[in-house]
Amino acid sequence: MASGPYSAKVMDHFMNPRNVGEIEDASGVGEVGNPACGDMMRLYLKVEGGRIVDAKFRTFGCGAAIASSSMLTEMIKGKTVEEARAITNRHVADALDGLPAVKIHCSVMAEEAVKSALDDYARKNPA
Amino acid sequence: MPLAHIFFDHISTTPLDPRVLEAMMPYLTEWYGNPSSHIHDQGQRAVQAVDAARAEVARFVNANPQEIVFTSGSTEANNLAIKGAAAACAKKGKHLVVSEVEHFSVLNALPPLRNRGYEVTTLSADSDGKVDPDDVRRAIRPDTVLVSVMHANAEIGTIEPIGEIGRITREREVLFHTDATASAGHIPLDVREAGADLVTLSAHNFYGPKGTGALVVREGVRLDSQIDGGFQEMGFRAGTENVPGIAGMGKAAAIASSEMGEWASHLRRLEKRLRDGIASSVTHLHFTGHPTDRLPGHVSFWVEYAEGESLLLFLSVHGVMAASGSACSSNLKGRDEEDLVASHVLRAIGVPSDICTGSITFSMGKGNTEQEVDHVLSVLPGIVRRLWEMSPTYLDYQKKILQGG
Ligand code: FES
Repeated sequence: MASGPYSAKVMDHFMNPRNVGEIEDASGVGEVGNPACGDMMRLYLKVEGGRIVDAKFRTFGCGAAIASSSMLTEMIKGKTVEEARAITNRHVADALDGLPAVKIHCSVMAEEAVKSALDDYARKNPA
Repeated sequence: MPLAHIFFDHISTTPLDPRVLEAMMPYLTEWYGNPSSHIHDQGQRAVQAVDAARAEVARFVNANPQEIVFTSGSTEANNLAIKGAAAACAKKGKHLVVSEVEHFSVLNALPPLRNRGYEVTTLSADSDGKVDPDDVRRAIRPDTVLVSVMHANAEIGTIEPIGEIGRITREREVLFHTDATASAGHIPLDVREAGADLVTLSAHNFYGPKGTGALVVREGVRLDSQIDGGFQEMGFRAGTENVPGIAGMGKAAAIASSEMGEWASHLRRLEKRLRDGIASSVTHLHFTGHPTDRLPGHVSFWVEYAEGESLLLFLSVHGVMAASGSACSSNLKGRDEEDLVASHVLRAIGVPSDICTGSITFSMGKGNTEQEVDHVLSVLPGIVRRLWEMSPTYLDYQKKILQGG
């Protein structure tokens, strides 16, 4: 069901977010905030053999932020570290059937969270 | 579709009372005349309708009929009050005193005035959202022409001490404007007793139609009209009168005059039930606004670690319609994130801006019931818990508790 300014996809991921939680022995953790509205996303990654085998998140934010977080975790699971790095907020927003213009930055938070988690992973696993 | 359909957003608008619709219908159908063309029967009927409504609205706020200027709503009325008074009094001075918790139709009327050399003193509100009359007294200067403080705040429900402010402005011979958009029809309003020279009213906020409001202009007060055209509304407001809207506003005022007391006691009961229920089922809770001097049926609060737009979305999925002062829910039609700002009212009362995001306003109306309150109480704690479980900051908080920190 679409609601207010949001697509049915956004509402689905908002009401039934996938992969909420944390990973105890995460390979990388990223945390990003959105100064515009005080919102925050934390992303946990489990990487094995260069591939993301699990992803979990916790987000404090609007419907778009929660849906973007949920969609992002779905998109990166099974991807290699390089593939995950290539994901942009556009990809996330498109996968959600679009976001209102003013809410695009909420998907940017998702993109930044993967980059930050992968940076953390890289620091812990120097090549 | 949601099973419930619970409207707890009466500060945004109220449903049209069927009796009001009935009073409007003749002027939407057979009597379509223009009051300015009143030699014939059609025009006469329009004149009579507008005159009768003017008398009703006047009675409603204890003004004289010739003091009621109909407008397209309270935004126009506020603009007319602020800009019209500033222009008409420019010879006396160019200083205005305005509270920081006013509606945008007051606040956003100020920058154009500043550009033309006016100065504005902004009055701050305390943590309950109240303006201190002593601050008004201190802010008035020899060149002050107008003080504007609202009657009640829609977002946090606080009722301002307009009677005391009115005494001060009268003493100092300064015009006093009060925006009664949120209060009229819900709590008694007597413009004489309040000592107000200009009072803004909005019909759709007390079960009347949208698109109609009024500015009460005390006899003898001069205002420069803000719309150029004909001589309607005693020259204060050009443009053909919205006859059906005005007839509806008159009826809504008459109904409110006689039933407001009953509504208020019903709403006070619902308010107490809702407030007590939330207080006993949700932790990390902060009510906003004044605890007792507040609009009947108005409950506003914020919850730590739960974001306002997400709360609103979940509530709406459960059929509960409310409002939020959250940055994230503001201006969804905006163009970019610069358009997202937490409510100026919440910032004014000192709610930290990253927390303003959790704010919710439940505003009930005469048609709401105890069962509806109970439904809201049955879903709210679960929604809050769900959002907490998703929130990284709540997780950190819990870990800290576990570590005894
Ligand atoms: S996270 Fe604040 S607007 Fe989306």
